[in-house]
Amino acid sequence: MTESFADQPWLSMTIFAPLVGALWIMLSRLIAKKDDNGAIVGRDLEQIENNARWVALAVSIGTFFVSLGVYALFDPSQGGFQLVEEVAWIGGGVSYKLGVDGISILFVLLTTFITPICILASWDAIKTRVADYMIAFLVMETLMIGVFCALDLFLFYIFFEGGLIPMFLLIGVWGSKGTKTFAGFTMPSRVYAAVKFFLYTLIGSLLLLIAMAWMYAEAGTTDIPTLQQYGFSADAQKWLWLAFFASFAVKMPMWPVHTWLPDAHVQAPTAGSVILAAILLKMGGYGFVRFSLPMFPLASADFAPLIYALSIVAIIYTSLVALAQEDMKKLIAYASVAHMGFVTMGIFTATEQGVEGALFQMLSHGFISGALFLCVGVVYDRMHTREIAAYGGLVHRMPLYAFLFLFFTLGNVGLPGTSGFVGEILAMIGAFKVNSWIAFFAAFGVILSAAYSLRLFRQVMYGELTKEALTAIPDVDRRELFSLGALMVFALYLGFNPGPALAVFSPSVDILLNNYHAALAAGAR
Amino acid sequence: MTLEPFVVLLPLFGAMLAMPVGRAFGYRAAEFLTTGFMLIAAIYSWLLFFDVALGGNARTITLFTWIASGGFQADWAVRLDTLSAVMLVVVNSVSFLVHWYSMGYMKDYGEQPRFFAYLSMFTFAMLTLVTADNFVQLFFGWEGVGLASYLLIGFWFKKKSANDAAIKAFIVNRVGDFGFALGIMCIFYVFGTVEFDAVFSAVAANSEAIPFGQTSGAPIQELTINFLDMKLHALTVIGVLLFIGAMGKSAQFLLHTWLPDAMEGPTPVSALIHAATMVTAGVFLVCRCSVIYEYAPDAAALVTLVGAVTAFFAATIGLLQDDIKKIVAYSTCSQLGYMFFAAGVGAYDAAMFHLFTHAFFKALLFLGSGAVIIAMHHEQNIKKMGGVKGLMPFTHILMVIGTIAITGVGIPGFYLFGAPFGTAGFVSKDMVIEGAYHAGHMGRAFGTFAFVMGLAAAVMTAFYSWRLIFLTFWGPSRAPAEVRKHPHAVPDTMMAPLVPLALGALVAGMVFYGDFTGKNKEDFWNGSLYFSSAHHAEKAGADDHGTPGAQDAHAAAADDHDAEDAYADGHGEGEDEIPGWVLWSPFWAMVIGSVAAGWHYLRGDPLKPGLLRPGGMIYAFLKNKWYFDELYDFLLVKPSLAIGRFLWIDGDGKTIDGVGPDGISAAVAAGAKRIVKIQSGYVYHYAFAMLIGIALFVTFMLIRAGGAP
Repeated sequence: MTESFADQPWLSMTIFAPLVGALWIMLSRLIAKKDDNGAIVGRDLEQIENNARWVALAVSIGTFFVSLGVYALFDPSQGGFQLVEEVAWIGGGVSYKLGVDGISILFVLLTTFITPICILASWDAIKTRVADYMIAFLVMETLMIGVFCALDLFLFYIFFEGGLIPMFLLIGVWGSKGTKTFAGFTMPSRVYAAVKFFLYTLIGSLLLLIAMAWMYAEAGTTDIPTLQQYGFSADAQKWLWLAFFASFAVKMPMWPVHTWLPDAHVQAPTAGSVILAAILLKMGGYGFVRFSLPMFPLASADFAPLIYALSIVAIIYTSLVALAQEDMKKLIAYASVAHMGFVTMGIFTATEQGVEGALFQMLSHGFISGALFLCVGVVYDRMHTREIAAYGGLVHRMPLYAFLFLFFTLGNVGLPGTSGFVGEILAMIGAFKVNSWIAFFAAFGVILSAAYSLRLFRQVMYGELTKEALTAIPDVDRRELFSLGALMVFALYLGFNPGPALAVFSPSVDILLNNYHAALAAGAR
Repeated sequence: MTLEPFVVLLPLFGAMLAMPVGRAFGYRAAEFLTTGFMLIAAIYSWLLFFDVALGGNARTITLFTWIASGGFQADWAVRLDTLSAVMLVVVNSVSFLVHWYSMGYMKDYGEQPRFFAYLSMFTFAMLTLVTADNFVQLFFGWEGVGLASYLLIGFWFKKKSANDAAIKAFIVNRVGDFGFALGIMCIFYVFGTVEFDAVFSAVAANSEAIPFGQTSGAPIQELTINFLDMKLHALTVIGVLLFIGAMGKSAQFLLHTWLPDAMEGPTPVSALIHAATMVTAGVFLVCRCSVIYEYAPDAAALVTLVGAVTAFFAATIGLLQDDIKKIVAYSTCSQLGYMFFAAGVGAYDAAMFHLFTHAFFKALLFLGSGAVIIAMHHEQNIKKMGGVKGLMPFTHILMVIGTIAITGVGIPGFYLFGAPFGTAGFVSKDMVIEGAYHAGHMGRAFGTFAFVMGLAAAVMTAFYSWRLIFLTFWGPSRAPAEVRKHPHAVPDTMMAPLVPLALGALVAGMVFYGDFTGKNKEDFWNGSLYFSSAHHAEKAGADDHGTPGAQDAHAAAADDHDAEDAYADGHGEGEDEIPGWVLWSPFWAMVIGSVAAGWHYLRGDPLKPGLLRPGGMIYAFLKNKWYFDELYDFLLVKPSLAIGRFLWIDGDGKTIDGVGPDGISAAVAAGAKRIVKIQSGYVYHYAFAMLIGIALFVTFMLIRAGGAP
């Protein structure tokens, strides 16, 4: 029996490659020499940690190449699920089922692309528990890829919620210093941030879990393609939609459940922020497109005005808040919330431009926002502060850094020619088709994003370099240049030629919207 | 393989190579490279001008699709018609001369590679703007020039004032872009396309349009749409939204505040971006959409009103400025107002003509001012100059040429080879003012108002332009002895580029009159501008030229505009329409302003107080630029920051977190203590334990709910 090249379980290989790396690092720790207290002896520790870095890098790069294989086998002209793998698992309609379509494939690639960059960004920045850190990161990569590939509700849930645990640890263990006094006792502020993050997502995920259990009871299966065709009753849709919404809205995050994000970003190590902004924030939007629209079309149409309202508030409110920030990371975090407002708005316009614009915006935000957090990391590693006021005039010492930072700032502003523009304008075009008020308010984001982004750039980069501490700050090194340069190439390419990416989205989005509008017509909406 | 795209791409190559070349081979190499590319591009654009505009070979080269989503499509293209050919010539010629000039100007400052990279990048963006064949590419160029302007205004980034001005310019422009972006969305909503040809021919042919999601439509010229819960005429909505964008870019009344501050940038930048090219992009946009405005009279009325008010208002402020660059800046603002009201009253050819001639004399005035500033040891206050004529006789002559061009010196009613005899500004400004008079006479909204404002502004233009000359160049020197004795040497590379500009300022009006606004205009514009004349519509229909859309435009116009036939040829046939006093009025306005300036500044102490004495209310009002900066700061800037802070501290902090996570976590605060301990154990144990725990929990739930595995 010969199996063709294409028949290999490519998706499983992509998903579990990082996990293998994690196990490898774990094993190398177990067999290391230890002293009487069980601690690893001095020189070995160094070796193991260095080893962990290289293994993590090699494995994540390897995973990226495997995912390129997935992309090569993927036929972008088809709208349905491809490379489907199905193995009986728990039984009773619950199986291990994977597959990708035009909506998810690019997010798989985004994940495998961003992870090596994150590991590079952690190279020197992480000094304690390096092996543990790399394990957490690789496990997280496995879970994140899994989210975008899972075609079984149960499997999705494991990946979706499991991915939070490593993130939670990244913030809680490797987060920044500083303490916060809260509810009567003092704790590290990173722990406060981690708990806040956890509480928010926990509530959302519990509701999601209940809804999923109900769906399984009703439909007798957890197969996602089957559920997309199932057609829940209008009443049931309402409740299920709300439960899913609770979970996805927190992940997005949408206003007003966004306050965990600035704290999480501020406390997380640089790579944690990058992965949070680039990948984890996309899971909410992905969930809306994968579940809410196709499974609960009637409810989606009914609740769309709510989404519009929350999106617009997010765009204007968080942009204004970003204007007042004194911490670089907080500013970018609030900007992220505003940009995600365009995503939710676009998705629920249920127009081609809106949905494709939203997906594109998610992709673009992965590059641009991820890069902006990397940029903050560059100066944070040197100066150990994120306070905007602590900088000024950096362009004199760091011209290359200034150039890169400027580029990503402009991407954040949504300047045409960067990928940031394409998603925004398409999402707004979709919104205008539905109701000009939505586009009208969303367009205020166009003004405000320029205000807060340029303010940040100006205060950090321009002016005289007067601060004593900054007089010897070195420009970006090769490692940083490589990471930022790679992200810039993508953001620029997608800005000038978004065609290939939009063409990947388009067949699947067409199917999604056809079904959606057919369902609305059948339900007489 | 077509060569046309290179007219746009050469400056881009220059922009990309300037920094690396500068680093590798020194700044001279970067300067020569970018300037050389600009020279080629400039020569090529003149060739294209002859081919496209004079030869009638309009064409569009589509490169590849930029954005395509559903029915939405925008291409990268190089559209060459007369309108874009005129702009190509203006942009590339002035850009080349400014590059050349900058080789001398930037000598003192250093950082040439960065400067030349920005200049070339600006030129590239401006070229993509003028050669766009759809609204989205136009928007790309629109934002690109905004970025270049931001970078160049803030070129001296050590200076706080330069940084402030740069950000202000970008954000005020973004307010305009807010309207422009909504306009693009509205166009797509109504037409289902953003391509120029498709949109314009639909308007001209009055074809049935069905907005997205509607079951029935209406002929486009009568179509009403629901915009912000108001039932509005579709073309008017589009026209007004696009014009809001134009107001930002062209610094029109209410969105003008950034332009004077933009003078923080190096002087060559002021000449190129903030006088000759970028700020005229708004006028270009309105002219490009002339068909839309022609069928949206209310939008056109708004254009006229805002243009006329700007022409007047900016001129009043220009009267009292002491900074040589700010005088020229307000003068630019005012001249842009002329172009807008010309477009608003339907004299698009006059608007474009004035744009064209203005580029010559305004670039000349700016670059000449730059030379003066250098010579005067970077002094910009004309009250501290005086007598520069003796130090810089050649510059003085050039500046006087610029001044007689902008004030409009010429002989009304005297024709030489079929063209009015006078400087470039004389010919084009007359066309603008007569166009306004004619439109007012025909009952077009605000036409007469624009005519009056235009004349009033012409008086003031003459006054402040001569004031600049008299205070700077004439009379005794008020400069410190050190400066007087050792004026900074002005290199020849700064003087040579002024010569072609001066030539243009003198003769461009007479040379191009026949094509731009005279008897050849229909053939010349070749359908790229809309003419409201039936007579020529038939002619245009019969001739085999123009795009199908353009012919439709004329055909459709045939029904409605019989009455306006008389004005068809502007000066030529319609002359009997325009009374003699109107023809002479701009001339007298110029004379009055010039004589008043001479009366005041050439007799006795030039610095003596005039009619407007310091301390008076009008003086303070004008000196403070009508208090717009203060008003905006009070109404918009401060509240935005305060609201942002309030939402952050009270909204996010106290309200959302207070009742949300903090409230809950206070209740489970003890739990947090335990989480702190995580750090002491092996992290991955916890990670896997939690993962497995969740898996078990979910499995349990599913089995319970499902009944059986």
